[in-house]
Amino acid sequence: MAINVNLDIALTHILTRKRQTLVASLGVTIGIGMYIFMNSLMAGFGQYSRKEIFKTNPHLRIFREDERSEPIYPSSAGEKMKRVLINPALTTSSKALNNPEKLLEMVRNMPFVTTAAPQVNVDVFYNKGNSQRKGITNGINIDAADAMFNIRSTMVSGSLDNLQGNLDGIVIGRGLAEKLSLNLGENLTISSSKGVLKIMKIVGVFSANNKNSDDTKSYINLSAAQQLAREGTTFVTDIYANTIDPDRAAEFSTQIQTLTPYKVDPWQVTNADLLSGEKIRDVMGNTVTLSILLVAAFGIYNIMNMTITQKMNDIAILKAIGFNGRDIVRIFLTESIIMGTLGVLAGLLVGGLCIHFLSKVYVGGPSGYFPIYFEPKVFGLGAFFGILATSLAGYLPARKAANVDPVTIFRR
Amino acid sequence: MPEPEVIITAQKIGKYFYEPEKFKVLNDVSFEAYRGEFLTLVGKSGSGKSTLLYCLSTMDTDYEGELFIASEKVTGQTPNQLAALRNHSIGFVFQFHYLLPEFSCLKNVMIPALKMGKYKAAEIEERAYQQLDLLGLKDQALKPASKLSGGQQQRVSIARALINEPKIVLCDEPTGNLDSKNAQIVFDIFKKLSTENQQTIIAVTHDADFAAASDRIIELADGSIL
Ligand SMILES: Nc1ncnc2c1ncn2[C@@H]1O[C@H](COP(=O)(O)OP(=O)(O)O)[C@@H](O)[C@H]1O
Ligand SMILES: [Mg+2]
Repeated sequence: MAINVNLDIALTHILTRKRQTLVASLGVTIGIGMYIFMNSLMAGFGQYSRKEIFKTNPHLRIFREDERSEPIYPSSAGEKMKRVLINPALTTSSKALNNPEKLLEMVRNMPFVTTAAPQVNVDVFYNKGNSQRKGITNGINIDAADAMFNIRSTMVSGSLDNLQGNLDGIVIGRGLAEKLSLNLGENLTISSSKGVLKIMKIVGVFSANNKNSDDTKSYINLSAAQQLAREGTTFVTDIYANTIDPDRAAEFSTQIQTLTPYKVDPWQVTNADLLSGEKIRDVMGNTVTLSILLVAAFGIYNIMNMTITQKMNDIAILKAIGFNGRDIVRIFLTESIIMGTLGVLAGLLVGGLCIHFLSKVYVGGPSGYFPIYFEPKVFGLGAFFGILATSLAGYLPARKAANVDPVTIFRR
Repeated sequence: MPEPEVIITAQKIGKYFYEPEKFKVLNDVSFEAYRGEFLTLVGKSGSGKSTLLYCLSTMDTDYEGELFIASEKVTGQTPNQLAALRNHSIGFVFQFHYLLPEFSCLKNVMIPALKMGKYKAAEIEERAYQQLDLLGLKDQALKPASKLSGGQQQRVSIARALINEPKIVLCDEPTGNLDSKNAQIVFDIFKKLSTENQQTIIAVTHDADFAAASDRIIELADGSIL
């Protein structure tokens, strides 16, 4: 019953001071709106850049790391052995994975792996006339690679399917095509470091909107790449795997690591530079939005402080007729929370509208529409922080109100 | 005649003010008030009447001596206990008619009862109307308190003090702003409360006739009972 009186009083205060309520709520609205907008923006960019990363990177990459030559005498042999001068250098041994079929099978059988594909990556030169460009060609199992990178969706001309069973076919990046002014159907000579020269026919051009990959990468059949590497049909340099959750890639990589001596890198390791930039951006964005939220909370604090100073008489009367300190805190805290909630609700709406309109903006180029999406988590956190901040901002003045001494007020 | 029941016992209530310099406003005031008694408190301006009333109301706890209400020691109780005690046992009418300005007169009267939570809101409203009617304010019930004249506001605050049927009603110059007709109404109500409902009234007054018609007069001079 008493709780209802407190609420009743709080509501009356709110309703009789609509302007102050509006001003305080508006501060929160702007704060929350900005919070949601900025965070959705960041999340959108994050999602966008991740999509870009996964156009050319698998979640996990298994490969043979460059090894250094080891001393012939193991150092564990101890003092009895004479130390032999050695010259550590990268081994020239092949980059091949041993028994790739079995490893691929094991990787595929991991419960968290969605797709896995073998790959033969060979460093090559692309030659046309006198011009030559360095790059890397990926020997792929066409369907498996497409399942992973959705190469078909990146094709700008020709078709990935023309590569199917066509050992002389090649799909090249758009940048490479432009630099060597190559067109669909024309021939291109590629040479590997093993001295193999192959004349390939361009059956398709792709663009992953990634300059590095568009300028240097090409796709050929797995066996064609094996020929370039002068290797047999079991030769595989990399196994790529996608998982159910890219965020857990690190955890998955350690699990796969127990199966194989080869290096298992999650995509975060391969793209560490990109991710650190993203981290800095997130910290900046969070700092900005939290400051705005703080300012909004300070607005509520200010208005509640003012309200309480103006309502000293009322507080004294309420205490005289039997309201205790807790009741007074409840009354004024309720007012802050109502203002906060109104502000938060409007802020959710404003943030939502901003996202809605921005997501309709066509930026053109590779990005298409502006990469901003509705993230329920951002809305949830925004509401949570908003209510939390306004409650805290309201609590301090309410505490002050509860400590008002009625007699001092009545004597004035 | 049965022994009258003591409702308030003040034992050597002493009170100091420290501004502008230390001086003793209440000088070991001791008295008893009985159930159903209509007491008036008189004395020159500045003699400490209001200060004593604030101590009796339990709002001022910064005093020496001891205070008992209904043979329960009040001195030293927690603020929450005192708030509850004020809510159901003490009605207070302030010297300067303090109402909550944003609320209607009716709501002002209802709030202490809503706070007590003993009756349903509809019953409380009904009773608040009756109180206002008794004080000749029924037609003002739904007006905002701030729209009333001083005298009307004072009567609303009397209705508010009475709504919870407190054992004790403390009034600081309750008729100060009232014309003689309304002062008479208030006097009659107090008289009736004390005789019929056995409520104890302690009223500060400057009105000699009002005091003379009460059951007992306590006169204060420089913080001491004469
Ligand atoms: N807050 C205060 N600080 C210092 N002196 C005060 C304060 N309040 C009242 N006084 C003094 O205490 C004395 C008693 O005041 P009060 O109880 O209001 O008298 P009354 O109600 O009988 O006119 C007066 O001399 C007054 O000036
Ligand atoms: Mg006085």
